[in-house]
Amino acid sequence: MIHDRYQLAFKLYPYERSSDQDAAQPVRHPVVVMGGGPIGIATALDLGLQGIPVVVLDDHEGIGQGSRAICFAKRSLEIADRYGAADKMLDKGVVWNLGKVFHDDRKVFEFNLLPEDGHKFPAFINLQQPYFERFLVDRVRQAQAEGAPIDIRGKNRVDSVETHDDHVRLNITTPDGPYTIEADWLIGCDGASSPLRGMMGLDFEGRVFEDSFLIADIKMNNQDFPTERWFWFEPHFKSGASTLLHKQPDGEWRIDFQIGWNIDRKEELREENVRKRLDAMLPGVEYDIVWTSIYTFQCRRMKQFRHGRVIFAGDAAHQVSPFGARGANSGMQDVDNLGWKLGLVLQGKAPERLLDSYHEERAYGADENILNSTRSTDFITPKSKTSHIFRNAVLDLAEHHAFARPLVNSGRLSVPCTYDGLSLNGADALTGGPARTRPGSPCPDAPVGDRFLLGQLGGRFQLLTIDADAPDALDEDGIAVTRVALSASDDPTGALAARYLGDAPRAVYLIRPDQHVAARWDSFDASAVRDALRRATARG
Amino acid sequence: MRLNTQPNIAAPDDFYADLIAAHEGLSDDDSAALNARLILLLANHIGDREALSEALTLARQPG
Repeated sequence: MIHDRYQLAFKLYPYERSSDQDAAQPVRHPVVVMGGGPIGIATALDLGLQGIPVVVLDDHEGIGQGSRAICFAKRSLEIADRYGAADKMLDKGVVWNLGKVFHDDRKVFEFNLLPEDGHKFPAFINLQQPYFERFLVDRVRQAQAEGAPIDIRGKNRVDSVETHDDHVRLNITTPDGPYTIEADWLIGCDGASSPLRGMMGLDFEGRVFEDSFLIADIKMNNQDFPTERWFWFEPHFKSGASTLLHKQPDGEWRIDFQIGWNIDRKEELREENVRKRLDAMLPGVEYDIVWTSIYTFQCRRMKQFRHGRVIFAGDAAHQVSPFGARGANSGMQDVDNLGWKLGLVLQGKAPERLLDSYHEERAYGADENILNSTRSTDFITPKSKTSHIFRNAVLDLAEHHAFARPLVNSGRLSVPCTYDGLSLNGADALTGGPARTRPGSPCPDAPVGDRFLLGQLGGRFQLLTIDADAPDALDEDGIAVTRVALSASDDPTGALAARYLGDAPRAVYLIRPDQHVAARWDSFDASAVRDALRRATARG
Repeated sequence: MRLNTQPNIAAPDDFYADLIAAHEGLSDDDSAALNARLILLLANHIGDREALSEALTLARQPG
């Protein structure tokens, strides 16, 4: 029997018997994904849209209830857009720019994210995780109808794995009993408590934070509350050591109370006790409670994200504090990074060691996220008396003095990292080129005519030329490179030139399939491009 | 060394007296809070990250 561990928000992939269950010998698949959460489904989309057959195994039949991740960053939307799944997210999501910071009963200051112009997507949307997942699954269904070889199997629980040099064998339980399949590659997207990690006896090292957070999603009858992020340090209403209020779609609000380490979870989750905290915070407001949960967190990551033919992504590979929205957002970047690399390896166009660069780049990203979220946590929850005194001194000064406001850290909001100095990066040979598009950077969006640049990039290697000559197509050992020829005059706002030319009159960029810059030059040189392409595919 | 460790304050006795006077009548906790605000104000005025790092290193060495 397979018991549900949680209630479903949407039942999207009910159990169906697979022909694999009647096969005489275990059927071998190129890729099996363990876990049908946002990271697993996005992985299946990335690979399926490349035409690579992928099987997703999940021990439930759909998406779990509860909003969990709510802040989806621009980069996640850009990645989802590459998969054709972002429009519904943007339609449904709440866009916010204004944040207010309070200490005790005083407003310390407010900030505006001041989103940069010339991007298709806003800096952030707030969207309950079940919607984010559902829109990805909706896109899978559409892609399947168009022939994408994606197979999501609900109520398929992986009970054990046997790893071999060139494949993995998976023993699976279903409502119809057990069966076995094999995978050339197994991707572990099975979440923070990853059963796969446990089955393989792998480490997960880092720092445990001794604090608990009570989440309450509520529906307020008063709809006048503004669409802003409010953060309280040591709130006067004493409902927690810190409190965060955030708007979600459907008239729902997310409230996070930091409630300490030694608590009685069951007691705290009783509705009357949750209401006590909410009533103190929102006197006179009528509301319905939609969902509550208590969570604790850790900042840690696996030492290695790749173990032979098993690769880990998302929370299974790394965990951060929730401050800064770096959990699901970093998982989407993992998928973005892994998809094209695994695709090239499976097609025999790149050596297996290209997948070591997945660990190199995404562990680098995880370390950056862990560093940032640890610093936020240490500011929000000072670990010593002196740290507490400095934290409150910053908040006191921030009320009257602009200099102290950048020191206030209630979460540094997720931005994708630049893979500085890592092994796939090629030449940075664009004289006067802007720092933000140096090799390793994710391409910033820009308006191009009546469209956006990122809509024209991704999914394959491309040469982006701006007022520069180059061949329209190249082929290097079976890897096709196509050209996107633009002119600075395509964008009268000047954003394209500011982001890609800087002081240079023209530029040639080699862009990876994940929209990261591989290399850039003043002009096209066939052998330089070939070298950079070989390097970016681990053949150099 | 970017941090100036040579005498740089005119009328040092006056400054020292002002520093002590600023803490007069404060509890230990309030004094600690004042010190923290003072450090932050001065650090921002200096701004130079290298000089600040040198000051942190020197301050950690007693005497």
